[in-house]
Amino acid sequence: MGRGGRTRSNPLHADDAPAGRQWRTCQRHLRQHPQGAGTLIGTPIGILAGTYLAEYGGRGWLAPATRFINDVLLSAPSIVIGLFIYSVYVARVKHFSGWAGAFALAIIVIPVVVRTTDDMLKLVPNSLREAAVALGCPTWKMITLVSYRAARAGILTGVLLAVARISGETAPLLFTALNNQFWSSDMNRPIANLPVVIFQFAMSPYEDWHRLAWGGAALITLLVLGINISARLIFRKR
Amino acid sequence: MNAVVETIPRPRAPSKLTVRNLNFYYGSFHALKKVNLEIPERHVTAFIGPSGCGKSTLLRTFNRMFELYPEQRAEGEILFDGENLLTVKRDVSLIRAKIGMVFQKPTPFPMSIYDNIAFGVRLFESLPRARMDERVEWALTKAALWKEVKDKLQQSGTSLSGGQQQRLCIARAIAVKPEILLLDEPCSALDPISTAKIEELITELKNDYTVVIVTHNMQQAARVSDFTAYMYLGELVEFGQTDQLFLKPQKQATEDYITGRFG
Repeated sequence: MGRGGRTRSNPLHADDAPAGRQWRTCQRHLRQHPQGAGTLIGTPIGILAGTYLAEYGGRGWLAPATRFINDVLLSAPSIVIGLFIYSVYVARVKHFSGWAGAFALAIIVIPVVVRTTDDMLKLVPNSLREAAVALGCPTWKMITLVSYRAARAGILTGVLLAVARISGETAPLLFTALNNQFWSSDMNRPIANLPVVIFQFAMSPYEDWHRLAWGGAALITLLVLGINISARLIFRKR
Repeated sequence: MNAVVETIPRPRAPSKLTVRNLNFYYGSFHALKKVNLEIPERHVTAFIGPSGCGKSTLLRTFNRMFELYPEQRAEGEILFDGENLLTVKRDVSLIRAKIGMVFQKPTPFPMSIYDNIAFGVRLFESLPRARMDERVEWALTKAALWKEVKDKLQQSGTSLSGGQQQRLCIARAIAVKPEILLLDEPCSALDPISTAKIEELITELKNDYTVVIVTHNMQQAARVSDFTAYMYLGELVEFGQTDQLFLKPQKQATEDYITGRFG
């Protein structure tokens, strides 16, 4: 695979620590899957919007309006979201692509993360915020150093919920990432993804394809379970 | 009750905070009515009065804590170092750093004991590790907590008992070296032993700091404070030296309250 082959002799990266390189590789792999890229796009937007709602949304009409629209989006049928991305992106660039799938999945991630971030930050007692502010802490530091820390487990749960939700989503990928019979990591082209593969294989008339579809389903389940367990282990209370 | 204080009471010590014609509103509710008061420097001033009389509200105007809530507002003057606290244009964080506050319920941050203390210090000073260690030890020693926690500084602040948590909060407030310390019923959730420790601490703190304490407990006010203000329904009824106020109150309302003939 010619892509991503960063020349090893590049002096800028000569002193790369192996851990750093692994992390970047990991990130690159995440970006090369519609699900991973969707999470990476949706999570920051969702957390920022949820923070706005919980910490700044006390006054005015914008926060209630945003909350209402977010709730509507939360229950929007995923196939509608797929069609939306199809009409605004796929139809314009005139080809299916991994990025289109990632955008569709990000739209599913955002409302889930917004909702949980908002709810979890609201559970942080105001007395904790007052204590930070009383020390002379500016609002943004109060949020990043105290509120996020207190709500960390809850916000993480929201992100995991979103990951679990999009790992099995088929409908938004049908019109966006489509599928690919061949291995490709180019996000600008149709890209293979488990849910659509499971769907197509399960619809096929062949017995062995059915078995592969079942295998794919087991793979998704184990993947979500694995992500959940490892995140719990990393973020457990010390 | 028409016990409006006509003249600003003048205690002998130089005043650290001067409150003039302070009015406070929760939405349309008039919570503080024309309060005039001088908080003397390096003394303990106690606010007493029945629930809902505005003691905590008055305390919370001193560091502009009410500004976190859009429907609350204050009018009048609170002079601190010659500046009106309520209208200064400077960053309010800098003022709050000079006026520490400890709340009714202990509020340790969800981080280690060490970081709880270092949190406030890091906001305004970047100390090298060794200096920070010293500062943390100093603040914890001041708050009479060092001996109990010196072996578990990296444990979570929330793992301590209620009394220890409250002393941790006091240590956290002291660590940034404020000039004034506001204590909002600091002992109401504590057992008598922890209360005694904190009262001892308050008495010691007044050597370096101006302390203002809100309390429901009149004995506590009598024990720890040099000056006492009695408030009722948003008005400052009487303010004077604690001994005088408790032994020979000037106003009938004050006497009724402190002798328990209230209501």
